[in-house]
Amino acid sequence: MADLIATTPFAGLLPLTRGETTATEIVFDAITSVAPYSGREKAVSKALAARTGAAFPEPNRTTGKADARAVWSGIGQAFVLGPRLEPIDGAAMTDQTDAWACLALEGPAARDVLARLTPLDLRPEVFEIGHAARTLLGHMACVLMRTDADRYGLMVFRSMASTCAHEIDTAMEGIAARARLG
Amino acid sequence: MRVDGYGRIDRGREIRFSFDGKGFRGHPGDTLASALLANGVTLMGRSFKYHRPRGPLTAGPEEPNALVEIGTGASRTPNTRATVQEIHEGLVATSQNRLGPLDMDLMAVNDLLHPFLGAGFYYKTFMWPRAFWEKLYEPVIRRAAGLGRLSGEHDTGRYEKAFAFCDLLVIGAGPAGLMAALTAARGGLDVILADETAEPGGRLLSESEKIDGAPASDWVAATLVELRDAGVRIMPRTTVTGAYDGGVYGALERVGLHLPEAPDMPRECFWRITAQRAILAAGALERPIAFPMNDRPGIMMASAVRTYLHRYGVAPGQKVALFATNDDAHRTATDLIAAGIDVAAVVDPREDVTTAGEYRLIRGEIVDTAGRRALREITVRANGGETRIEADCLAVSGGWNPNVHLTCHLGARPVWNDRLEAFLPAKGAVPGLIPAGAAAGQYTTAACLSSGRDAAIDALSQLGRKAPKLAIPVADDRAGTSRALWQVTGHGRAWLDFANDVTTKDVKLAAAENYASVEHMKRYTTQGMAPDQGKNSNISALAVLADATGRTIAETGTTTYRPPFTPVSLGAIGAGARGKGFAPERLTTSHDASLDRGAPIVATGLWYRPSYFPRSGETTWREACDREVGMVRTCVGVADVSTLGKIDIQGKDAAAFLDFVYTNTFSTLKPGRVRYGLMLREDGHVMDDGTTACLAENHYLMTTTTAAAGQVMAHLDFVSQCLRPDLDVRFISVTEQWAQFAVAGPQAAALIGTVLDDAPELPFMGCAAVSVMGVPGRLFRISFSGEEGYEIAVPARYGAGLFRDLVGRAETMGGGAYGMEALNVLRIEKGFITHAEIDGRVTAGDLGMGKMVSAKKDCIGKTASERPGLADPARPALVGLRPANGNDPIPAGAHLYDEGDAPTRVNKKGHVTSTCYSATLKTHMALAFLVNGHDRLGERVRVKDHLRGADLICEITDPVVFDPDGGRMRG
Amino acid sequence: MRVPCPLCGDRDLREFTPRGAAVLLDRPAPDADAATWNDYIHLRDNPAGASEELWYHGGGCGAWIVVSRDTVTHAISATKLAAEARDAG
Repeated sequence: MADLIATTPFAGLLPLTRGETTATEIVFDAITSVAPYSGREKAVSKALAARTGAAFPEPNRTTGKADARAVWSGIGQAFVLGPRLEPIDGAAMTDQTDAWACLALEGPAARDVLARLTPLDLRPEVFEIGHAARTLLGHMACVLMRTDADRYGLMVFRSMASTCAHEIDTAMEGIAARARLG
Repeated sequence: MRVDGYGRIDRGREIRFSFDGKGFRGHPGDTLASALLANGVTLMGRSFKYHRPRGPLTAGPEEPNALVEIGTGASRTPNTRATVQEIHEGLVATSQNRLGPLDMDLMAVNDLLHPFLGAGFYYKTFMWPRAFWEKLYEPVIRRAAGLGRLSGEHDTGRYEKAFAFCDLLVIGAGPAGLMAALTAARGGLDVILADETAEPGGRLLSESEKIDGAPASDWVAATLVELRDAGVRIMPRTTVTGAYDGGVYGALERVGLHLPEAPDMPRECFWRITAQRAILAAGALERPIAFPMNDRPGIMMASAVRTYLHRYGVAPGQKVALFATNDDAHRTATDLIAAGIDVAAVVDPREDVTTAGEYRLIRGEIVDTAGRRALREITVRANGGETRIEADCLAVSGGWNPNVHLTCHLGARPVWNDRLEAFLPAKGAVPGLIPAGAAAGQYTTAACLSSGRDAAIDALSQLGRKAPKLAIPVADDRAGTSRALWQVTGHGRAWLDFANDVTTKDVKLAAAENYASVEHMKRYTTQGMAPDQGKNSNISALAVLADATGRTIAETGTTTYRPPFTPVSLGAIGAGARGKGFAPERLTTSHDASLDRGAPIVATGLWYRPSYFPRSGETTWREACDREVGMVRTCVGVADVSTLGKIDIQGKDAAAFLDFVYTNTFSTLKPGRVRYGLMLREDGHVMDDGTTACLAENHYLMTTTTAAAGQVMAHLDFVSQCLRPDLDVRFISVTEQWAQFAVAGPQAAALIGTVLDDAPELPFMGCAAVSVMGVPGRLFRISFSGEEGYEIAVPARYGAGLFRDLVGRAETMGGGAYGMEALNVLRIEKGFITHAEIDGRVTAGDLGMGKMVSAKKDCIGKTASERPGLADPARPALVGLRPANGNDPIPAGAHLYDEGDAPTRVNKKGHVTSTCYSATLKTHMALAFLVNGHDRLGERVRVKDHLRGADLICEITDPVVFDPDGGRMRG
Repeated sequence: MRVPCPLCGDRDLREFTPRGAAVLLDRPAPDADAATWNDYIHLRDNPAGASEELWYHGGGCGAWIVVSRDTVTHAISATKLAAEARDAG
C-alpha cells in the first residue's frame, strides 16, 4: 500500500520577498488547542508548563519559546505550537495541526505590511514582543503574534492560505514601492 | 508669470506636462494650477451650467473652478482639482465640461440663455410631454450639465487602505498644527501630523512673515526636523476627511498621484487613524464676495494670490486689483508691490480703512467686471460714481470661514460668532477633538502658535501628561479689523457657488418661492452640491438667504456638514476589496485535483467546490451529472465534503449541552454511534441540521451544513456563554483540521476497504477511529445520497493525496468523483434537505420532523415551536413534485397554485425550493413547500414561474421518492 | 469605532457583530407563559440613550459581551463578558 502524500498549506505560495520584507511558511510538528475546564485553569497551566516550558498564556499573550510556544487563541483557550501533547487532565484538547496555515512575516517594514491588513494597534510599545491577538487579516480570522522586534507569526485557516498569501504579497508590494517615495 | 526670487519650487529642474494636448513646462513643487498660471494660462475650465470660462479661484483643495481630467485610458480621473494635483513628468491633463475647444465651448450658448436657466428651471420646464423626458430632455441635460467623464473602464490602479494609531492626531501643519505637534511631542505623546499639501507649513509658506525675526519658512524647517527626530509621524499629501465615533478619523493620502503611474505604486491610501485625542488645525478658507460678474478667469481669492506668489513664485497677473473687506488682505497689495508687480487699485468698502502701503485705495465696491476669457477691467462704485480700472487679476477677500467641518461630522452644528462674523466649532462637538488656530477663529500667526500650544497642553493634560516648558515664538500679532460683505448689488449675476453656477438671484428666488429653510434652498438651487461641496460659498449663500428672509445668519443656520471633507475616490474607499480581495477564497485540499480533472468550480459561500467532473464525449453538464448520479447508485462515487462545519465538543456536560441545542436527545448516544440532529432558533424555526458523532464518553463531533457553519459556531458560543455558563463544556472548530470525503454506492465498502489498514465492521450510523494507509483517521457510516455511504476523514495535509487515491481506485472499479450537481440530485431523490429548504421560515413540523422535537426535555426553540402559529397543521409542508404530464423541468422558485385558481399572489399555496432531473428515476422532480402538503399526496398542483414563464401541472409526492424505506443505505 | 473587549482591549468595530438587547440573557423558564416568551423573543425597547446590548467578538476571541452604550452619542461606557454579566444579575 502506498503512503499518503502530505502537503503543507502554503506549498507553492511561500516564501515571498518584497523589498526588505519576507513571508515564510512555518510548519509546526503539532498544534494543539488546550481549553481548561471550569476551575482547572491553574492545574492545567502548571501541567502545561511542566511538559513544554510554556504556561497557559494570559489573554493576548504568548508563553514559551520558538520550539514550544503557547499562544492565547480565544476565550478560555490556547494553542500549543510545536511539541506533540499527551492529554492533560482537566483540559479539553484537540489536534489543530492541520487546521492552520502558519507564516512568519519578517523585516523592518513587516509592521507596515500588517497595518494594511489588520485593524490592530501594532505600535511596538503597544503590541510588544510576546503579545498575541485574535483579530482579522483582511476578511480572514487570524492569530497574530509578535515573536521578535521585527518578526510576526500569523495563523489563518488552512483553506484560506492562497488568499492570505495573495493579500500579504499585495501589501508587501505596495510597501516596497513606497520605499521609492523617499 | 514666474517672479524671480520667489517660490519654493525647484527651478533647477524642469517637468514637462500637457494640458489640452499642448505641452508646458513647470518645476518640481508646482501644482497643475501654479504651473499653468506660470505659463500664462488662466482659463482652466468651464462652469457646470452656463459653461462660462473659469480660472482657478483658489490655490487649495476648496477649488470650485479648475477641475480637470488627469491621465488617459482606464486611469483617467475626472474632477481633479488643478490646485491640488502636482505636476509630474508626462502628466496629461484635459479640461472638461466643454463641447469643442476650451476657449470656444459651443455649450457656452447656455450662458446666453441664463435668464431661463435659474434655480428650479428643470422642475418647471421639462414637465411634459412625459415621454420626452427619458428620450430627449434627460440625455440633452446630461450632456449639457456635467463635469468630468469617467473612463468607462475598470480602474486598474492600485489603492491601499491602512490603519494607524496615535496618542494625538494633529490635522493640518500650519502654525497652529506645527506648534501643537511640537508641544505634544516634547510632552512625550505619540503624534501623527497630517497635512494635505506636499510640503507642511500651511500659510507660513504662503505669506511673507517672520517668526523669531527670521523668515517663517526657517521656523517651519527647524520645527519639522525636531518633529521627525522626536518620532512624530508626518503624513504629507494626507487630507483628514472625516471624524467618526470613538476617535477614529478617515484620511486620504495621495501616495503616488504626484508621480508617473507605476503598477506597484499605490495611487492613494485611505487611512483609518485611531487617536486618543486630535487637534483640528485645519485653518480657515477665505470668503469670496458675491459682486456682479465675479467669476471671470483672473478673479481669485487674495490668499490664493499670495500663495501663488510665495509658494510657487507665480504672479497670477501683471496688473492686479484687490477687493477686500479686511485689513489682513491688504498685505496682498504690499506683497505684490514688493515683488515688483503692478497693483492697479485696492477697493475696500469700509469707510474708515487706511492704506497699508503705496497703492491706490478706493473706498467703494466692485460692481462689474469685463473680459471674455480673462479679466480685462473692473468697475468700481465709489462716492456715488463708477470708475473703470484695467486689471488682469482681481484678488478678493471677504474675510475668513474657519474650517469647522470635522467638528460637525458627529452631528454638532457650528456656532455663529458676532464679533468674528463667522461660524466657530461648538464646544465638545466631537469628543476628543480640540480645535486650534484659524479653525477656532484665531487668525493671527501669533494667536495660531499660542492656540496650537494650548490645544496640545489641553490634550496632554487630558491624557494625564505634564505640559513641557515651551516658549511661543515671536510672530505677527496684528489682528486688524474686518467687516463682512456678503453681496454687492448691481447689474449682472453675482456668483455664490461657482462650481454649480448658483448666483445670489437663485437664492433670492428660492426664498421668494418659499424654499426658505437653508436645507430647502440648498436642494432647490443645488448650492453647495458640487464636488467642492460649497466650501467657498455655503456661508455666503446662507447669509444671502438670511437677508432675503429677514432673519439673522444664526437663525438661518448652516446645512449639514458630512464626511468626506474633500472627495475620496471609490477606489481608495474600496481598496483591497477588488478581485481576490473581495472575500477570502476557501479552497479544499482536493481543489487542484478537481481542476486537473477539468471540473468547473462553483462558489458556495466562501468555499469553491467542483460542480461536476466532465469526461470525454460529454458535452453538457447534465450528461456528466447524470453519469455521476448513476455511478453512485450503481457503483461508487467519491466527493469532497470537507466544507461541512465540524465542531469538536468535549466536557462532562457535553451531552447536556447537545440536548439543549438540538431538538432531539443526544445524551443517549453511545460512543461509536452517529445521530442526525435538528437545531432550532429560539423563535422556533429551524437553524441547521447535521449529524453528531459520539467519539468517546463526553466527546462529540458535531457536523453542520457548509452554509451555516459560522452561524452555528456563533450560536454555540452564545448558548454556552450567555444561556448555559453552568454547563462545563468546551468546543472548537475542526473543520479545517480534517479533509473528509464521502464514498457512496454499492461498492463503497469495497473501496473504503482498500485504503484502510484494518477496516472495521460499521453499522449504519456508526463511527470509528481508523488507520488510513498509516495515517490516523476517522470513518463514519453516514449517507447523504441514500446509498451505502461512508465519510472518511484524514488530517488535511493528507487530503490531496487521499482524494487522488480514492478517485483513482474508484475509477478502476467503474466509479469516480462526483460534484455538487450530482450531490444535489442524489439528495433531492432522497428528500434530504439543505438550506434551500431551511430558509429561516420553516419549522421542524414543516419538514415532517415534528416528532424530532423531544417532549422530554427543554431545548432552544422548543417553547416557541409549540406556539399555535408554528404548530398549525395547515402550514406549508415539505413535499415532492414531479411533472404529471410530459417531462418538463420544474423551475426552482416557481409558485404553487391549486388547479383552477388564477395564478395570482392571493391564491399562492407554496413554492418550489429544489429541483433536478433524476437520472435514477428518469424524471424531473422537485422539493417544495405546499399548504397542507402532507394531506395532499397523490393530488395535482399547478406550478407557475412568472419570471421565466414555465407553467405545468405536477403530481404531489412524498419528499422521499427513491428507496423510501432506506434499505440501500442501511445495507 | 472602537469597542473595548473585556479580554482583548480596544478593538475595531469590524471584529464585532451586534446581536441586540442584552435581555436575551434572561431566558424564561420553558413553562413560562406565552406573553413572557413573546416578550423575550420579539419585543424590544428602542431607547434613545443608555442601552445594554449583546455583541459577539467573532472576529476576535469569540467572547459574547454586554456593551453599555448610548444610542444617541454612540459612546460606550462599559463592557462585560456575558457570562459575568449574568452572574452579576
